[in-house]
Amino acid sequence: MILGWLKGGWSLLLVLGTMVAYGQHEGALHDVLPEAMHAEEGGHGQEEHHGDFDLAAIAVHHIANQNHYVIGPIGIPLPCFLYTSEDGWTVCMSSVFGPDVSHHFNGHYAYRHYVMYGGTVYRVVGEDFPDGKVEIEGFVVKADTVEGSDKEQLFVRYRGRLYPLVPKSTFDAGLLGGGITGFYDFSISKNVVGMFVVAALLFWLFRRMARSYESEEGMAPRGINMLLEPIYEFIEKDVVKPFLGPKWEKYNPFLQSVFFFILGLNLFGQIPFFGSLNITGNLTVTMALALFTFFIVNLSGNRHYWQHVFWMPGVPSWVKVILTPVEFLSLFIKPTTLMFRLFANILSGHLVLVIFVGLIFVFGKAGENTIASLASAVPSMLFSMFMMALELLVALIQAFVFTILSASYLGSAVEEAHH
Amino acid sequence: MIVLYSFDPIKPDFGLFFWTVLTFIVFWTLMAKFAFRPIANALKKRATMIQEALDEAKKARKEMEQLKAENERLLDEARKERAALLKEAKESGEKLIQQAREKAKEEASKILEEAHRQIEKQKEEVLKEVRQQVGTIIIDLVEKILHKELKSEEAHKQLIEERLKRLESNASNFN
Repeated sequence: MILGWLKGGWSLLLVLGTMVAYGQHEGALHDVLPEAMHAEEGGHGQEEHHGDFDLAAIAVHHIANQNHYVIGPIGIPLPCFLYTSEDGWTVCMSSVFGPDVSHHFNGHYAYRHYVMYGGTVYRVVGEDFPDGKVEIEGFVVKADTVEGSDKEQLFVRYRGRLYPLVPKSTFDAGLLGGGITGFYDFSISKNVVGMFVVAALLFWLFRRMARSYESEEGMAPRGINMLLEPIYEFIEKDVVKPFLGPKWEKYNPFLQSVFFFILGLNLFGQIPFFGSLNITGNLTVTMALALFTFFIVNLSGNRHYWQHVFWMPGVPSWVKVILTPVEFLSLFIKPTTLMFRLFANILSGHLVLVIFVGLIFVFGKAGENTIASLASAVPSMLFSMFMMALELLVALIQAFVFTILSASYLGSAVEEAHH
Repeated sequence: MIVLYSFDPIKPDFGLFFWTVLTFIVFWTLMAKFAFRPIANALKKRATMIQEALDEAKKARKEMEQLKAENERLLDEARKERAALLKEAKESGEKLIQQAREKAKEEASKILEEAHRQIEKQKEEVLKEVRQQVGTIIIDLVEKILHKELKSEEAHKQLIEERLKRLESNASNFN
């Protein structure tokens, strides 16, 4: 009963809060627009018009990793470690860019060729752009058609001139819209802070639990231990032991760590107004975690395992010709599926939630139509509540799935021959 | 058109990758060493403790059952013994009574015999006395009757003596 009221109140708070927040975003878009229109004559591309509430842009913005942590109206500056081969390392706090919380976290200043746009640091390209801290006039987004595909270019306006911005380097080799740009961002970003917090919190909880076994020996677990112990034992008894058999003890810490780390990050990302973290919904994070599984599996693979990959016993030679490439590919496909499954599940949850709440502003024409806004708030709130409940389930399921699949891959790698 | 420019969750970036790997390695190491190992040990210890306690309880129950059976057996034995004792006591009591009765009978017969003998003896004495008395009385009577005829007292006394002896032998014959 009380829980129900809490949930209701929470959702109401969420909806009201987002109304306020999006009202501000809407203002931010209008601020950008005139400049974008002015830039039309200077640019050679086709100018994009953002007259209405752009839900997709808002949603994309909300799931992104950022160099600035914002809880409600309070912006927390984070340390930035930026690197380019020509300038070397630049270390500063994200507050140096003067990000405006009410204006989409767009910075007011450039610092050593770096600016902040939408909470993310970009590098300014331009020989004549001044070094050091200078005030900038705004940002311009221009759409261009390069080789038949739409491409967007971001500019910063400084003293009436537009300077192009380059994003940080990504190692997708251009496959996912990124690439090496020469600018590397090793900042303690929002997601990194989230990971630190979750890791520290989990460590504190489990350290306390471990201590309580010594100080309260022979007593039943109490408090939070009563919740943690069954989960720990569930992973041990139903995931680690069945898949790894006699070698379970060696791999138990890794699988437990993976499970609780992912679960912690998933749940931490569910807390509204707490920086709207989307850590496990970030491909980089899931890739790193999947790579851990990949390396541990293949480094602990025994003779039996590699034999099954490269020369499956008990099948005719001509089948082996087909089977071996498939098995070899599956070495890489397995961690890849781990990576995408977790990423897509969490990301989609966050996106859907943002979009359900954003519908209020779509129907309400970004605050112009109050009645439609309020009318759509009710179903939107119900949908959001449903999604939040679903996301809690997904948080658990995905952490579990990642762990159980890692355990199964590990199990097949360390399994002894028995035929 | 959708602004995909900052759709960065899908772009694997170096910084976040580096920090994720570092955080997870540190997390994994610390958790394994300071949390999961002691927890696993404690859980194992507790599991053995519980198993031991269970085994002990089982053992105790078994012992209890054994003890109970033993008690039952002892009680049964005691009961049997009591019955046997009672029976024996009864028997010996009866025997005693029997013996007492027999003894009493014997005693009684002895007493009776003695009494008979006494009676006999007294009877004899009485007879003797009676005989003497009768003799004296007879003598008196005879004296009184024959007073005048008897001149020689001596001759007469001899005669009476003779007669008495005859009488006595007669009496003993009679007896």
